[in-house]
Amino acid sequence: MEVAKEKKIEMLRSMLLTRRFEETLTELCKNEGKIPGMMILCTGQEAVGSGVCAALSPEDVIISNHRSHNHLLTKGADPRAIMAEIYGKSTGCNKGKSGTLHLAVPEVNAPCTTTVVGGGLPIAVGVAFSQQYKKEKAVTVCFFGDGAADEGSFHESLNLASLWSLPIVFVCENNLYAGAQRYEEHTRVKDIADRASAYAMPGEIVDGNDVLAVYEAARTARERAIAGNGPTLIECKTYRCRGHGESDHQLYQPKDEIAAWQEKCPIPRLSDEVFALGLITAEELSALEAEIGAVVQEAVRFAEESPYPKPEEALEDVFV
Amino acid sequence: MQQLGMGQAVNQALREEMTRDERVFIAGEGVGVSIHDNPMLPTADLLKDFGVARVKDTPVSEAAIAGLAVGAAVSGLRPVVEIMFNPFFTLASDMIVNHAAKLRYLSGGKSTFPLVVRIKTGAGFGAGCQHAHNLEAWVAHCPGLKVVMPSTPADAKGLLKAAIRDDNPVVFIEDMMLYFVPEPVPAEEYLTPIGKAEVKRQGRDVTVVTWSKMLGVALKAAAGLAQEGIEAEVVDLRTLVPLDRETIISSVRKTGRLVVLHEATRTGGFSGEVCALVTEEAFSSLKAPFRRVTGPDIPVPVSPPLERFYIPDEEQLIAAVKEIV
Ligand SMILES: Cc1ncc(C[n+]2csc(CCOP(=O)(O)OP(=O)(O)O)c2C)c(N)n1
Repeated sequence: MEVAKEKKIEMLRSMLLTRRFEETLTELCKNEGKIPGMMILCTGQEAVGSGVCAALSPEDVIISNHRSHNHLLTKGADPRAIMAEIYGKSTGCNKGKSGTLHLAVPEVNAPCTTTVVGGGLPIAVGVAFSQQYKKEKAVTVCFFGDGAADEGSFHESLNLASLWSLPIVFVCENNLYAGAQRYEEHTRVKDIADRASAYAMPGEIVDGNDVLAVYEAARTARERAIAGNGPTLIECKTYRCRGHGESDHQLYQPKDEIAAWQEKCPIPRLSDEVFALGLITAEELSALEAEIGAVVQEAVRFAEESPYPKPEEALEDVFV
Repeated sequence: MQQLGMGQAVNQALREEMTRDERVFIAGEGVGVSIHDNPMLPTADLLKDFGVARVKDTPVSEAAIAGLAVGAAVSGLRPVVEIMFNPFFTLASDMIVNHAAKLRYLSGGKSTFPLVVRIKTGAGFGAGCQHAHNLEAWVAHCPGLKVVMPSTPADAKGLLKAAIRDDNPVVFIEDMMLYFVPEPVPAEEYLTPIGKAEVKRQGRDVTVVTWSKMLGVALKAAAGLAQEGIEAEVVDLRTLVPLDRETIISSVRKTGRLVVLHEATRTGGFSGEVCALVTEEAFSSLKAPFRRVTGPDIPVPVSPPLERFYIPDEEQLIAAVKEIV
């Protein structure tokens, strides 16, 4: 099915936004003490979140992991509230409790993000159960890495989701690394998607740097889930172009491997296409980039000018 | 004397024990090839020096890592496995709590499980509550597990060597902040006995019982109190299980006052155990009610002012001491 022009532009925009947002974070992290904690970015992997979320309706739920910025921004989270949270400011989406790693944005149906590897999958089972229970026309998407597929929770969750035909799209972002381990150093199976057959669900392999292919796979899986036919496992083959986190010097990642994957960057791949098809003019593209630049700049300004929470606010929000 | 951070001291202990005993191996996430190329970290360069047969990088599979230790230990090896951060103990806990701790008992004393689970812990890195959560009281609540939580690099070296030679499961918890604070560590071989507290500062007016990173806070507060004429005795537990009851009780008999300090949250924290012990065994020596200085009952937050609020500091300890002296 031909993807509509507006969808393509929407996906281009969200990838550009995430890239600009995260490049800005890289710069901000160079100032000691400005941003608390680790900084985990998805540079080169933007097509996964952007393609999947473009296939969703607002009422669909996403459960994300430690590499969440793109998932959340694409689902519609306010960049200002995300940036302020990353700074640990009181205006952040989680009042400074979370920082970058566990951003929760229930306003856009991203109610919880977990940095415990594999922690999102069982939660997704519960969310999808509730959608089924309430007979909602909505699905749950769970984003996780290839490393998470080594946790017991992955296997328990796929089994249960399949058993109960829950409306879930399991999206494995196989970026070839789990921490310092290359894919083949942590698992023997050639494709994570193969594991789907063990739980009697479809397993799709997608070029994770081709946003249109990701979008198509997610759309199909969503339709299947909505129709009551159960979960799908989509494995997006992509690459972690930066270190695990910003403090990782990537000593274990071959330089030529990184360079080869940078060549496959999903952003020019789409922008070249829309450009060639005449869906966007050079002026429109630079206007889009300028607009995104302004959005990110405003997010930084907002975060910078926002106050920190008062120390005693630490005591709030434990219970309802 | 050599100056080592606690990570380097742990590294030295692992090297010495691996050299001494072929049965010792290490396993965990990133214990070989790591995303951190930092020589201050506990398993730095072990892969290079001991090889892949004995330094096992595992997938992200905490249940299997802990189970690996249980099975290898009952089969005659001496595993030292690492759980990357204390919150992930929950994923490993079935193997540690229901198996490592209980299987010897269930065998009527026939099977042994000489294993060490090293766990990294501690707030102060801005990573939040899914990376920082001090769970030592949970572990201490499980009969069959020894619990060691060193406060200095020198103790860490001697205690880890003792833990590796111990025939019981030992949970060895390292506060990561201490990795980056070099202190003198004897270069020679020595063992520090598990189950022995140490009086790290003598004093007559109040006993401060603490462990791990909070020892530094206690010693700083004690120095401040001394300027005002209050002499605090600082007892570093080093081991929570088995607990060195004698050292705690004899110190409180001397000072007549007790404050317990830990970073972990308050309710159900191990300070309750120490206070109960003193109340049971040395009630008549107490000249004032005990005090506890602990993290508040909240998950560790990320934002810098919130995280600082969470971590107990010298001022809180000094205030608690002054309430009862
Ligand atoms: C249960 C658990 N174990 C270990 C970690 C530490 N850790 C954080 S990310 C990560 C690697 C995860 O790899 P993968 O799932 O492939 O995701 P990626 O980082 O590549 O996006 C590890 C081991 C964790 N956060 N949670």
